[in-house]
Amino acid sequence: MLMQTITGASALPQALPRADSVGVQTPLFANQVEKTYSNGTQALSRVKLAIQRGEFVSLLGPSGCGKSTLLKMFAGLEKPSAGHVRWWGKDSPASPTQGQSLAMVFQEATLMPWAKVSDNVRLPLDLANVPKAHSQSKVDAALALVGLDRFSQVYPRELSGGMQMRASIARALATEPNLLLMDEPFGALDEFTRNKLDSDLRQLWASRDLTVVFVTHSIFEAVYLSSRVVVMGARPGRVIADIEIDGPLERDEAYRTSPAFIAQCARLSRLLAEANGDPC
Amino acid sequence: MNPSFTPWLRHPTVLRIVSPLLLGAVLLGLWQLACVAWKVPVYLVPSPVDIGRTLVSDGPMLFGALWMTLKITFFSFALAVLIGTLAAFVFVQSRVLEASLFPYAILLQVTPVVAVAPLIIIWCSNTTLALIICATLVAIFPIIANTVLGLRSVNPGLLNLFRLNRASRWQVLLRLRIPSALPCFFAGLRIASGLALIGAVVAEFVAGTGGTGAGLAYQILQAGFQLNIPRLFAALLLIALTGVALFSLMAVLARLSLRNWHESELG
Repeated sequence: MLMQTITGASALPQALPRADSVGVQTPLFANQVEKTYSNGTQALSRVKLAIQRGEFVSLLGPSGCGKSTLLKMFAGLEKPSAGHVRWWGKDSPASPTQGQSLAMVFQEATLMPWAKVSDNVRLPLDLANVPKAHSQSKVDAALALVGLDRFSQVYPRELSGGMQMRASIARALATEPNLLLMDEPFGALDEFTRNKLDSDLRQLWASRDLTVVFVTHSIFEAVYLSSRVVVMGARPGRVIADIEIDGPLERDEAYRTSPAFIAQCARLSRLLAEANGDPC
Repeated sequence: MNPSFTPWLRHPTVLRIVSPLLLGAVLLGLWQLACVAWKVPVYLVPSPVDIGRTLVSDGPMLFGALWMTLKITFFSFALAVLIGTLAAFVFVQSRVLEASLFPYAILLQVTPVVAVAPLIIIWCSNTTLALIICATLVAIFPIIANTVLGLRSVNPGLLNLFRLNRASRWQVLLRLRIPSALPCFFAGLRIASGLALIGAVVAEFVAGTGGTGAGLAYQILQAGFQLNIPRLFAALLLIALTGVALFSLMAVLARLSLRNWHESELG
């Protein structure tokens, strides 16, 4: 097993696979990735991280720790200044409709306001020139999966914030990705909606062959959702701890108040405080 | 105003259409009354009834002139939309292109058409063509500026989504940039439609062309020389109504294409 439970920040660095052994079981592998902006700001410093097939990994850290930058690199939207990222052992992510593929959910729902929900969800398939006869069933399935099947013919503005986010997730799922990257997707939602979406996302992940990388700055969300939490520190952005969450597979509302859950949260909170000093 | 007492006045359709018409009628009535009461000579301020009578008696001549002005306005508006939109597409293709071309578009905009018109009229043997060119010059800038702004105001998240899904340049243009640009484009249309009419009238003033192909501007000039003030007012009225009609047409077009999604046309 490549991953091990780490009891504290001192247990770093985590054992990592050698670059040449990274293959189909490793959807994402970041090797000594750095990001320095042209103004000299170092956003990421020597990040080494392997994400295995079927994991739900949260990148947890304060704002400015480079977790969103790292996720953009994982999406292929940004290039590292040094080091490299591998997708299933290859040096570029596959196109969305071919076998191993990735999809991304952004901080905002980013739906096209001029298109109906179903057309928004169909967009990735349209862009890959999937014929409509073929894509319709995928769109319907994705909408059903997020509970929006009754809303396929409405415009995004007619949906609540939470439902817009569901539509955004449906769009990501329409291509049936193996790797789902999520950048603080529920950050702008109220707590009830957020908890509900967290729990639905968790079930979705458990029900299929899906690897999720989830960026968040909420310790509770990270512990509730993840099978593993990567704690990041700021200035420069770096990995400071890599922790397996040994919670049950089925996580209901009661889990949110269980002693095990609270203990995990307390530990992460301590780690974050140690690494980042006083909150600013 | 007590809303329970006069609820019909608060109805949006009534408010938008009936209330300005009502105000217009009242003002016309006052105007007529003032003209009659103070016996204002018709060569100074004609009464609405005088103007209406002229509109009927000089009808064939005035509506012929209106048709000419309308033709020039529509041609130059269509040209401005066509060339302006194409120019905007070229501008957004590269920053270098925009940087080198945009100052000249501004130059075009700030040079008064009255000053350029004599040159264009000398260069073009065909007067109608010269008038169309002048009016196009006046109308084109808001189309270019607004369409460029619209094509650039694309949600960066959506742009990332398109990139993530390996969208081609063509797909980004067709499915993202053009729909995003529509609200700004229609705002540009609204301004340009009015400017095309102004351009057509101003250019004709400068050209001073008469004969069979004369437009409303020429009728105004002639009526002024002959102190035929009721005809002058009648021609003025036709120009104003044309402008309002054009503006409303653009508003309807904008509403038809944006009503489902854009904030400006909701409710």
